[in-house]
Amino acid sequence: MNKTVFLGALTVAGLAAGIAGAATLDDVKARGKLNCGVTTGLVGFAAPDANGEWTGFDVGICRAVAAAVLGDPKAVEFVPTTGKTRFTALASGEVDLLARNTTWTFSRDVDLKFTFIGINYYDGQGFMVPKALGVSSAKELDGATVCIQTGTTTELNLADYFRKNNMNYEPVPIETNAEAQQQFLAGACDVYTTDASGLAATRATFENPADYVLLPEIISKEPLGPLVRHGDDEWADINMWTLNALISAEELGVTSANAADMAAAPGNNPEINRLLGTEGSLGAMFGLSDDWAKNAILAGGNYGELFEKNIGENTPIGLARGLNAQWTEGGLIYSPPFR
Amino acid sequence: MTTFTDPPAESFKLSMLVYDTRYRSITFQILALVAVLLLFGWLTMNTAQNLNDLGKEPSFGFLGESAGYDINQRLIDYSSQSTHLRAAFVGLLNTLLVAAMGCATATVIGVIVGVLRLSGNWLVARLMTVYVEIFRNVPVLMWIVLCMAILIEAMPAPSAFRGDNPDATMKLFDTIAITNRGVYIPEPLFSRSLGNLHIGTAFDISINLLAILFVLGVSLWIARDITRRANAKQEATGLRPRTWHTRLAVIVLPTAILLAFLGFHLGYPELKGFNFAGGTYMRNSLIALWLALSLYTAAFIAEIVRAGILAISTGQTEAAAALGLRGNRIMSLVVLPQAMRVIIPPLISQYLNLTKNSSLAIAVGYMDITGTLMGITLNQTGRELETVLLGMLVYLTISLIISGVMNWYNNRVKLVER
Ligand SMILES: N[C@@H](CCC(=O)N[C@@H](CS)C(=O)NCC(=O)O)C(=O)O
Repeated sequence: MNKTVFLGALTVAGLAAGIAGAATLDDVKARGKLNCGVTTGLVGFAAPDANGEWTGFDVGICRAVAAAVLGDPKAVEFVPTTGKTRFTALASGEVDLLARNTTWTFSRDVDLKFTFIGINYYDGQGFMVPKALGVSSAKELDGATVCIQTGTTTELNLADYFRKNNMNYEPVPIETNAEAQQQFLAGACDVYTTDASGLAATRATFENPADYVLLPEIISKEPLGPLVRHGDDEWADINMWTLNALISAEELGVTSANAADMAAAPGNNPEINRLLGTEGSLGAMFGLSDDWAKNAILAGGNYGELFEKNIGENTPIGLARGLNAQWTEGGLIYSPPFR
Repeated sequence: MTTFTDPPAESFKLSMLVYDTRYRSITFQILALVAVLLLFGWLTMNTAQNLNDLGKEPSFGFLGESAGYDINQRLIDYSSQSTHLRAAFVGLLNTLLVAAMGCATATVIGVIVGVLRLSGNWLVARLMTVYVEIFRNVPVLMWIVLCMAILIEAMPAPSAFRGDNPDATMKLFDTIAITNRGVYIPEPLFSRSLGNLHIGTAFDISINLLAILFVLGVSLWIARDITRRANAKQEATGLRPRTWHTRLAVIVLPTAILLAFLGFHLGYPELKGFNFAGGTYMRNSLIALWLALSLYTAAFIAEIVRAGILAISTGQTEAAAALGLRGNRIMSLVVLPQAMRVIIPPLISQYLNLTKNSSLAIAVGYMDITGTLMGITLNQTGRELETVLLGMLVYLTISLIISGVMNWYNNRVKLVER
C-alpha cells in the first residue's frame, strides 16, 4: 500500500516538476530537437504523409523554427494534440511551440497565459452540409444536428450564433477531426462546423467532395496562429520573427530556390541582406546564428511557398489567398521591418 | 524456600525502537508516515510554485462564470448562458444516469449469464462461457467505440424516414424510431400538472413525478407488509394464504388512479425538419456507453454469481431436494440467500468499476462530468488543477456512496452466524 502511494506520488511529482523553466531556447538547444504541437491530422495543415513524414502549412512553421534555432528542419518532434489537449500540452512544457490552427483570443492570451506569435492564417468559422440536404444558408439550420470539435472556439461561436438567431440545434461533441468526418459522412450529423480552412481541408479528403457544400455564412473571426507560453519573451521573439522572416521573404522575393544564392552573393537591397544575415547581425541579438532566417526560408520556402504547396489553389484543398495575401496584394499578411 | 527477585528494571534505549519487536513496527510506520507527508508537502509546494510561475494561482472563481457552450443531453435546465458549475451538474447527472442504467442492466444480464453458465445444457453453458471470455478480455473502451460505430454505420439516418416511400420506417406500431443519431421512444406526458417544486433558485422538480414516486413507494411498502403477514400466518398455521392478487392490486391500482387523474398519455416521436421531435430521445452516445458498460461489467458479474452459487455445497441442494423443495424454491430459499454473502462484496467493486469506467464517455461524446467539468470547462478556462481535483472529488464521493449503500445492504442480507 505504502509502496503504491509512493510510486503514485513520484509520478505526480514528475509531472509537477516537469513544467519547464523560462529558458526554452536553451532547453531546445540542449535537447537538439524542437517539440512542436500539431493536430492529430488535418491534411494540408498538419498530417503525416505516406512515408510517415509530417507535412503541412502548420508543420512548415515548426520546421522553420527548428531550422532557425537548430539549423535542421528535420530536428522536430511532432506531438499530435486534440483541441482539448493542446493547451495542457503547451502549458506543461510538453511542447515548446503549438502550431495547430489555434485561434488567437483574449482569454487564451490573458487567462490561459499564452503568447501568440503572430497570425499565419486569417480564417472564420463556416458550415459544411451535404448537398442533398438542400440547405443554402446557415439561417435554415434550425433544429439541425451539428458535429463540433470540443475545446474549440468554434463550439462557443456556434452556441452564440444559434442563440442570436433564435434557433435550436443538437450539438454532437467530438474530439478529433477524423471522428467528426466519420459521423458527418454517415449522416449522424447534418452539419459539420469548424474553421472554413479546416472544412475545405476535410472536404478535400472525402471520396466525393462535390456532394458537400460550404454555406456562405462565415460566423466568426478566427485568426489562426502559433503560440508559446507566457513568461519567456526571448523564445516568443524567436518564433515571432521566424514567422515574420517567412512573410518578409515572400514580400522581398526571397524563396527557397534563390535564398542560398542571395546569401552567397549579397545584392544591394539592405533589408534582404539583413534578413539573410549578410549585413548586420540580427540573429546574434537573440542568441541564434546570423543565417537563422536563411535556414528558416530554406526549410520549406517563404510564406507564399508554404501556402501554395500545402493549401493553395493548386492543391486538392484549393484555398485562395484572399485575406492571406501580402498587404501589397490587398491582403492582411504583413511583417514588421527587419532592421 | 524461594527468593523472589525483581526483574531488572527495564531502561528504555533508543536502539530498542529498531531492535525491539514491540516498538519496531510502530517506528517504521511513523517513519513512513512522515516520509509520505513530506513528499505530499513538497508536491503541493512544488505545484503551487509552478502554478505561480505560470501566473495561474489556483482559484475556483471560474465556476461562477457563464459556460458559453451547449450540452446536448440535459436532465436539468441549462443553456450556454448558465454557469460552469451548472454545466458540471448537468455532467454529474449524466454520469449518474449512465451509471445507474449500467449497473441495473449489468446485474440482470450478469445474473442470467452466471446462472446459465451452470446450466446442464452443454450448448447454453458453452455459449455463456464464450460471452464471458469475449467481453471481459477486451478493454471496455473498444466495446464502447465498437457499439458507437455500429450504431452510426448500421442504423438509418433520419433523412431515410422521409418521403412517400421511405427506406426506413418506425418500429413497433410507429412508436419507436431507431436512427443513427439515437433512438426515440414514446415519452410520458401529463395533461394536468401539479406544478414544480423549486429547490432554491437553481432546481425545479416536477411534483407529478414526486407524487407518483410517493404513491408507488407507499404501495410497495403495504405490499411488503401483506407478504410479511402471510409469512407469519404460514409459520403459525402451516397454511399460506393466497396474496398475489391483493398485492398486485395494492401496487397497481393507486398508481393507475393517480396517473389517470394526472391525465397521463404518451407522446410519440415524429419526423420534423432535420430530426425527429417529441418522444424521449436516447442519444447514440448514451446507448453505446450504456450497452458497452453493461455487457462488459455483466461478464464479471456473471463470474461472481457463478462463484457464489458454486460456493454453496451440493449437499445443501440435495438436502433441500430431499425435503421435497422444488428447483426454483431451492434456489430462492436455500442457495441464493447463502450465495448472496459471497456475491455482494465483489459486486460492490463491479458497480464502482462501472461508474468509474463511465468516464470513458468522451470517446463517444457523451457529456458526463469528464466531458463537461474536466473537458470543455477545463479547456475553455485553462483551470486544469482545479477541475481535475473537483472531478476526482466527485468520483470519490459517488464511489463512497455506492459502497456505503451496498455495505448497508450486505449487512442486511448476510447470514447471522454464531
Ligand atoms: N480555431 C479553432 C478550432 C481549431 C480546430 O480544432 N480545428 C480543427 C479543424 S479545422 C482541427 O485542427 N482538427 C484536427 C484534429 O482533430 O486534430 C480553435 O482554435 O479553437
